[in-house]
Amino acid sequence: MDKSPQALTAAVAAVAVRSGRSAERGVVYVYEAPVRLWHWINAAAILVLGLSGYFIGSAIPTMPGEASDNFLFGYIRFAHFFAGYVLTLGFLLRIYWAFMGNPHAKQIFYVPLWRKSYWREVWHEIRWYAFVAAEPKKYVAHNPLAQLAMFFMFTLAIAFMIVTGFALYAQGTGNDSWQYKLFGWVFSIWPNSQDVHTWHHLGLWMIVTFALIHIYTAVREDIVSRQSIVSSIISGEREFRD
Amino acid sequence: MGGGAETFYGVIRRQGITRRSFHKFCSLTATSLGLGPLAASEIANALETKPRVPVIWMHGLECTCCSESFIRSAHPLVKDVVLSMISLDYDALIMAAAGHQAEAIIEEIRAKYKGEYVLAIEGNAPLNEGGMFCIDGGKPFVEKLRAMAEDSMAIIAWGTCAAWGCVQAAKPNPTWATPIDKVITNKPIIKVPGCPPIAEVMTALVTFITTFGKLPELDRQGRPKMFYSQRIHDKCYRRPHFDAGQFVEGWDDESARKGYCLYKMGCKGPTTYNACSAVRWNGGVSFPIQSGHGCFGCSEDGFWDKGSFYDRLTTIRQFGIEANADQIGMAAAGAVGLAVAAHAAVTAAKRLTRNPGRVAQEK
Repeated sequence: MDKSPQALTAAVAAVAVRSGRSAERGVVYVYEAPVRLWHWINAAAILVLGLSGYFIGSAIPTMPGEASDNFLFGYIRFAHFFAGYVLTLGFLLRIYWAFMGNPHAKQIFYVPLWRKSYWREVWHEIRWYAFVAAEPKKYVAHNPLAQLAMFFMFTLAIAFMIVTGFALYAQGTGNDSWQYKLFGWVFSIWPNSQDVHTWHHLGLWMIVTFALIHIYTAVREDIVSRQSIVSSIISGEREFRD
Repeated sequence: MGGGAETFYGVIRRQGITRRSFHKFCSLTATSLGLGPLAASEIANALETKPRVPVIWMHGLECTCCSESFIRSAHPLVKDVVLSMISLDYDALIMAAAGHQAEAIIEEIRAKYKGEYVLAIEGNAPLNEGGMFCIDGGKPFVEKLRAMAEDSMAIIAWGTCAAWGCVQAAKPNPTWATPIDKVITNKPIIKVPGCPPIAEVMTALVTFITTFGKLPELDRQGRPKMFYSQRIHDKCYRRPHFDAGQFVEGWDDESARKGYCLYKMGCKGPTTYNACSAVRWNGGVSFPIQSGHGCFGCSEDGFWDKGSFYDRLTTIRQFGIEANADQIGMAAAGAVGLAVAAHAAVTAAKRLTRNPGRVAQEK
């Protein structure tokens, strides 16, 4: 898709006219309902997974009373596994939607590393974030730098967490479980599952770091750039402000 | 030695063991292998009719803790295994012969039972300097290993040394100590990890092979499924405390006295595949966790190189300093957090200083 500013303005105008919205307001429908729904369910699942995962790794202060009266660590682990299933199912449906949805739905699943113009635009974004470039470019969906971060820090990280997560889960469900049959190969890479735990744990911090950057840039760009960001993932509409 | 054609039962009776004791042994073994009630008579039948399997037991770079463990087997008693069940034709440690006499036996077995004997390896082979770090009978052990493996039926890799490398292969591994499956690649290898492996696991494995004349089912890592398909954690008697969230937090605290879960004390039970929590040690007396100490994970790959035995999170050394995933992750997230805050500050400052001019321009 041609994302040069001129073509974009034309596209914005065309879409706006077609949808009967005010052309000067410049509104494009970007994030379809399934993508928005997935975004928020996914965010909630990651929040639960991150918190419960941290406690699984570092454990909780010891509980008083009889073992039979307590099941806190069990519930924490259940929350982790439950949210893990939600995240995985959501991720699979999101991949499905990448094929069924609009072109923007594909964006987080690839980076056009082979395209020269892409790198030029990444460079411009870096300059924008380094306060060198005075104005950001306008993009209907993610900007090229965001796409890069999204792909490596989110899409790949989540895929990695799903694979290692299910491999670790298979340790509990046993060698005859479907989880082990599907994900047991992870233990051919790391024969000692302690390493898988460590990598899974590092993955948590990768996603925490991503969330920090993601939320900051979303809010920042919403304020300083020339388009809506935060409201877009609620309404699905990208509003261009100049 | 070398009388491979005799049956087990013949040998057993010759030694004055009653038929009653023989059957007791068969049922105990069937039980410890987790087989059905009919298996006891199958074992008895096999031991009565099958010729004994010749076994060559060789020692590479090791500490002999596997043999120490092996000779303490209670079910079956190790004397039954060594004297009756297998034809242990060569074991430098416990054989009567020595020197050239002993070395002659190994060549004799190799020629006489080509492709029929089981090669049991305790320890591993250091490959650096042409294997000069482990000399056995005047030659590098690795040469002896390669030669004997050539004509063997299968190889048993006793202990973590043979299976994974263990302490001599821990970083920086100056001798290039290498687990058996990385040296011998063309023979079936059964890994029996543990430092040492549980005595009953060792003898039961030998019993299985001699009884059924085949190797047991192995898992992805080449370990017998019957003993290594579950973690210590899965059958730990302290597991209810884990699920309840009741943890020992210091070696002398109230929780330690109450026998709570040792998860926070760095117990490796959740990542260790072994039969300790089911079979236990010293004839079923105890195992580390029962004695109040966390599991080391001694039957796992590279367990020496994962940081302290008493830390829950693994030490990661790639950063030059000793840190774990949490410390590295928090440092990274913290640095990014600071960067974000600084970036936000600069953004705000820029906006505040630039806005009046921009507003004027837009007007």
